[in-house]
Amino acid sequence: MRLLTHNMLSCNIKGVSNGFPLRLEAEKWVEKEVELNADFLRGIFPKIEWKALAGAARAIGYDQLPDEADASMLDSDDFLRRFHHALLELHVEEGALVCPETGRRFPINKGIPNMLLHEDEV
Amino acid sequence: MKLKQLEGLLGSLQQFSNPKVELEQYPTGPHIASRLLYMAENTFGGISGKVVADFGCGCGTLGIASALLGAEHVIGIDVDSQSLEIASKNAADLELDIDFIWCDIKNLGWRDQSVNTVVMNPPFGTRKKGSDMEFLSIALKVASGAVYSLHKTTTRDHIKRTALRDCSAKSAEVLCEV
Repeated sequence: MRLLTHNMLSCNIKGVSNGFPLRLEAEKWVEKEVELNADFLRGIFPKIEWKALAGAARAIGYDQLPDEADASMLDSDDFLRRFHHALLELHVEEGALVCPETGRRFPINKGIPNMLLHEDEV
Repeated sequence: MKLKQLEGLLGSLQQFSNPKVELEQYPTGPHIASRLLYMAENTFGGISGKVVADFGCGCGTLGIASALLGAEHVIGIDVDSQSLEIASKNAADLELDIDFIWCDIKNLGWRDQSVNTVVMNPPFGTRKKGSDMEFLSIALKVASGAVYSLHKTTTRDHIKRTALRDCSAKSAEVLCEV
């Protein structure tokens, strides 16, 4: 699971008012290089919740992202490389996503998070 | 990539070994899958360089086709873990990076408009009435761009009407009749 996917997901348990972002616990992860697409990065930047991305990257041990970011940074190749790396090149294989409100854990196995809800959570 | 090449690759994917009737599981054939994605990309530019989600991905055919046509990031969602295992293997065999999520589409928390395009071959609602519209209304909320979806011929008008009236779709077109 890439951090781009993590950035879109929230906890949908009944009664939870703010289930975003899910806290990331990463036990096993891999890095896979993929070609950098600057147009894509510039296009998606406005949709990214930056704090959530930086927090998730830190949870995997990647602390090269600034705590805050604005669009002017997209002119910097160095920033684009770090953004690209965190967003698309880090894959969580084993771990969990944790609801910030209820503490409910959604396990991640073989890169796939199990987000099935129990009957009483719907 | 040429259409025939895409169709060939999709035809080589592993499919359901024991399809679950209650989930309306059946493979999306390579002929229709390749043409659907080819049109989405070549006529509408909705795939290459975009974030694409495949709702009810099953063994991954539509998501994989999206990745083969240059989608920047593909997410496949399904409620059945056995299908996701097959989908993962299919993606790995073609050396594609696709994120899969195991969940019921109506219970998944997404931030609205987080993906560009949704592609799907959803349940038609023959087992669980209204499944097709459920998938469609969620897809329309999640996609900032277009939703490409396969539906039963007899439901054509109902779907167009409902999409425009209830789901805030800007337009609803039948692109192909099979």
